[in-house]
Amino acid sequence: MRMSKLVRTGADLLYPFALIFGLYIVLHGHLTPGGGFQGGAVVATGAAIVIVAWAYEDIAEMIRKVTMMAQESAGLLLFIGAAILALGFGYAFFYNVLANSGGLFGLPVAFGPNPGELDTAGVIPIMNIAVGIEVWGGLTIILLYLLSGLKKEEGT
Amino acid sequence: MFWNLPFIAVVALSLIGLATIVIKKNLIKIFLGITIFESAVNLFLISLGYRAGGIAPIFTSAPSTDMVLATPQALTLTSIVIGVATSALLLSFAVIIWKKYGTINTDEIRRLRE
Amino acid sequence: MNGFLITHAPALLIMVPLIGAFVAPFVGRVSPKVRSAWIILIMTLTTLVALMLASDVFLHGTRIYVFGATSPGLTVPLDSGGIPIRIIFTIDAMSALMQVIAAVCGFAVLLYSISADRIHSGLESYYTLFLLMITGIMGMVSTGDFFNFFVFLEILSIASAGLIAYRIDGGLAVEAAIKYFVLSTIGAMAVLIAIGIYYGEYNALNIAMIASRMQFTLLDQVALVLIIAALAMKCGAVPLHFWTPDAYSMAPSSVTAMLVVASQASLYGLFRVVFTIYNLTLNAMTVGWIIIILGILSMVVGVTMAIPQKNVKRLMAYHAISQTGYMLLGVGVGLAVLGNQPLMESFGYIAMEGGIFHIINHAMYKGLLFLTAGAIFFRIGTYNLNRMGGLGHSMKYTMVFFIIGALAIAGIPPFNGYASKLMIYESVFAFNPVLAVIAMVVSILTLASFVKVFHSIFMGPRLPEFDTVQEAPMPMLVGMGILAAIVILFGLFPQAVVDTLIAPAAHALADQSGYIASVLGGA
Repeated sequence: MRMSKLVRTGADLLYPFALIFGLYIVLHGHLTPGGGFQGGAVVATGAAIVIVAWAYEDIAEMIRKVTMMAQESAGLLLFIGAAILALGFGYAFFYNVLANSGGLFGLPVAFGPNPGELDTAGVIPIMNIAVGIEVWGGLTIILLYLLSGLKKEEGT
Repeated sequence: MFWNLPFIAVVALSLIGLATIVIKKNLIKIFLGITIFESAVNLFLISLGYRAGGIAPIFTSAPSTDMVLATPQALTLTSIVIGVATSALLLSFAVIIWKKYGTINTDEIRRLRE
Repeated sequence: MNGFLITHAPALLIMVPLIGAFVAPFVGRVSPKVRSAWIILIMTLTTLVALMLASDVFLHGTRIYVFGATSPGLTVPLDSGGIPIRIIFTIDAMSALMQVIAAVCGFAVLLYSISADRIHSGLESYYTLFLLMITGIMGMVSTGDFFNFFVFLEILSIASAGLIAYRIDGGLAVEAAIKYFVLSTIGAMAVLIAIGIYYGEYNALNIAMIASRMQFTLLDQVALVLIIAALAMKCGAVPLHFWTPDAYSMAPSSVTAMLVVASQASLYGLFRVVFTIYNLTLNAMTVGWIIIILGILSMVVGVTMAIPQKNVKRLMAYHAISQTGYMLLGVGVGLAVLGNQPLMESFGYIAMEGGIFHIINHAMYKGLLFLTAGAIFFRIGTYNLNRMGGLGHSMKYTMVFFIIGALAIAGIPPFNGYASKLMIYESVFAFNPVLAVIAMVVSILTLASFVKVFHSIFMGPRLPEFDTVQEAPMPMLVGMGILAAIVILFGLFPQAVVDTLIAPAAHALADQSGYIASVLGGA
């Protein structure tokens, strides 16, 4: 069921902002409230707005199930990969090898009140990103399947 | 008494949730009951995390002995994530039942009898 | 390399099936053959890791693995104030035994499933869920952290619910899955409330830590009741058994065989809570009798409900309930005399060994029986006993496997069911003769029921409508053959199995201080 033009345009306008805001929450997960799951859920909300405003057939080309499934699996693999990384350095599974190492996300955290440095916390941001990708894919898949009943012909 | 208010809310919410699960005949409403019950448990966990005089466990110069262990919050988040997966699966079951049976009334979904 | 594998085996046990599960959708796009090869490879690796870890545990004692620490053995970080804050896997002999059961059953069932489910659609998600189920079971039995237990319990429930509903079958399977999943969600929430109570009281989530601080206050009693109710429901004990026949009969047969193992992981959780967290602080006699009564009810109600069933898998599901009763009975008797060392020596340990031995035996022969039912369905397309007949002419191997399973479940020597049931009869007779008599009567009824089933499936003249029926395909037979071989081997050498596997597991379960010491170090 396609909604009125006003709603559809509004949804189109909102979609990129939902995307950006969700990705912001994912990326700043280790500094501010939020994280992979919350950010991914916000991104999926963007997809939900578009699906509800348009009909399922209209956006099936834009948001593809195959891509989302691949994203879901890839996110989870990245998460496990970040956890396995520690085994290569001789630590236990899930040990944060990158923190304070100077490499990727490896800056030491500044002491006292400060605005927060993105390039800290080691594997935690990587895991946040992984979870963000996974939840984005997973929740969008769920929405696509649940809302696939919204056909063009129904209603007006 | 005042500080027990969250726990009273937990009991009330879980009773509402369980009553919904038992009394209602509509599958969607039953699933809502489950969600309410889950919220009650989440509220319970988060209420346990409160410590009078505690300080948020953020990297500051506060004495570490006053900081609160963030475990209940982590538990609640995990529980919420699991709750999302649960409700998604239950709702997709409801969709399939609606497509196959044409009803979501539990009195009529009783074909599983030999 | 070998040392690395042994050190990190507990993590690998979770990691390997998880990676396998999430790579499977990508691999499946190449071709179904590659996917099958990939799944078998992953399951083989998981089985090998589980066997290696189990042999290490049986040789060198309890293994600890701390996630996220600098070294896997660092349970209590120096700056944590003496609390093990990280997620810890504690693998003692009992956990190792459950891992072996899950790995061997999972491997046999997977071989069967590769062939049996080939014709169906949606296989990439099917095998992802199957491997997630394995992950859930492995995690539940190895974890030493109570919240982690809840997480794996939920992974297991969600994967199982998805698999029960996998063949929609006009909505019937979905109906069964809803029944299972609503119940198991409420059960899991009850477990979570209990976890919250423990955390509020003892500021710890680690099982060993909670156990060492256990006071057995009123709140702990509430938590115990919640956990016993939830996990008894999950393992299909009687007052809350009604999801079992529906879920077992509507799931694909390979999944049903895994559901049996899953229910036993819940049983493990129940025993772990009662023996390790509470142990002597609770009134062992009362709680022991509660578990015994649950067991007796399950045995009697299960077998009496099984006799009139016409659907072969429903019938077997009721028998599964009845057999769960034996495990509860055996371990319940052990619990009832816990703390009384002379009684424990004279029959308590034997009762627990019998109950635990029955867990492994049940997983093997019940899995075998469900797989034979699936093989029959694969060839003739019905579970209805009234429409079967004369299949012994065409499906000879399946018939032999069915006979092995049926005799084992009825407790006829020389199959493994006899070995564990004999241990239960003897020890329970010393505890209370009436219980032993009930157990034997249930066994006889089980035999009667399976004679009827055997007769209506395999005996009689060859029916015209089943003229073209052939033997089940080779991989299915191999899967069943592995389980049948274990059933016979365990039946022929029960003493060796009890000495090497079961007795250490029973003693590890009863030994609370040993479990605490292995985590907290000498406390």
